[in-house]
Amino acid sequence: MMPPHIVLRVVSKLLIPFIVVFGFYVHFHGDYSPGGGFQAGVILAAAVILYALIFGVDAAKKAVPPSWVRIGMALGGLIYAGTGIVTLLMGGDFLDYDVLHPDLSHKSGQHIGIMCVELGVLTTVTCVMLAIFYAFAGRTPDISDEDW
Amino acid sequence: MANLDLTQYLDYALIAMLVVVGIAIIRMKNLFAIVMLTGTYSLLSAAWFVSLDAVDVAFTEAAVGAGISTVLMLGAMLLTARDCKPEGKARHIVALLVVVITGAALLYALGDMPIYGDPNSPVNAYVGMDYVAMTPNDINVPNIVTAVLASYRGFDTLGETFVVFTAGLGVALLLGLGGRKEEEN
Repeated sequence: MMPPHIVLRVVSKLLIPFIVVFGFYVHFHGDYSPGGGFQAGVILAAAVILYALIFGVDAAKKAVPPSWVRIGMALGGLIYAGTGIVTLLMGGDFLDYDVLHPDLSHKSGQHIGIMCVELGVLTTVTCVMLAIFYAFAGRTPDISDEDW
Repeated sequence: MANLDLTQYLDYALIAMLVVVGIAIIRMKNLFAIVMLTGTYSLLSAAWFVSLDAVDVAFTEAAVGAGISTVLMLGAMLLTARDCKPEGKARHIVALLVVVITGAALLYALGDMPIYGDPNSPVNAYVGMDYVAMTPNDINVPNIVTAVLASYRGFDTLGETFVVFTAGLGVALLLGLGGRKEEEN
């Protein structure tokens, strides 16, 4: 038997890699263009959720296991606060990124610091969005074909 | 000035569409259609934010409002009925009263709002201008929003990250993470 929604499956299979790449672009280009860790995290989560909607929650849980999501939720906060601790240990104030890199004329320390804390935001936001989705989806029966 | 006038009409059109979608949401009884319309509402407001040059806000609204929250509402809807029950007339009158009073208060406060783009408004006059002036020297990042969020106000964003974490933790504690099936086997 042919699997249902063949158009949706083919199109989303093609689109999901681009959505993920766009999410990382939004994250790493956040210094220069709109966006940042939060928006990128939501886009990455949306890519996984789209996968779950089309191919089923179980397939998505195989790709991104709930245990990773559980760890990632806390890990993001740890990365963010850890950046602050590192700046403290390097002799600056909490979250004072200037000490991270000696090149003060180009403010490289600020760039590194912003990237690190945004990485923390990205991790937490992606994982929390997925955790909430998994929590809801785990209680719902899969959408039957008549309801599409 | 001619360019400015044109975008102004785009704003009016978008706001009018927001009102139409809002009224449609109130009048509908089918929850699936209502969830889809709230997604449309978010997408329209995102377009409006772009027109107001608040691109970062528009980005977030489109991703969170039109994307994630629509899916979460659909997930929540599958747990309940597909149509909402008709309410009694008394509830309509209370709701109308609340809306009218809030609307009147907002209209009353409208006189104190600065005109759109007013350079002397509190947002543009004090610390905002300092950030615009200082970012090229302090942070050397073209996107000032990122500079404010991640560096000047890094401590606030740390708090926000933990707010998001707490939200996830709350849902996980109440509903579990959906990983129970594997654990049982």
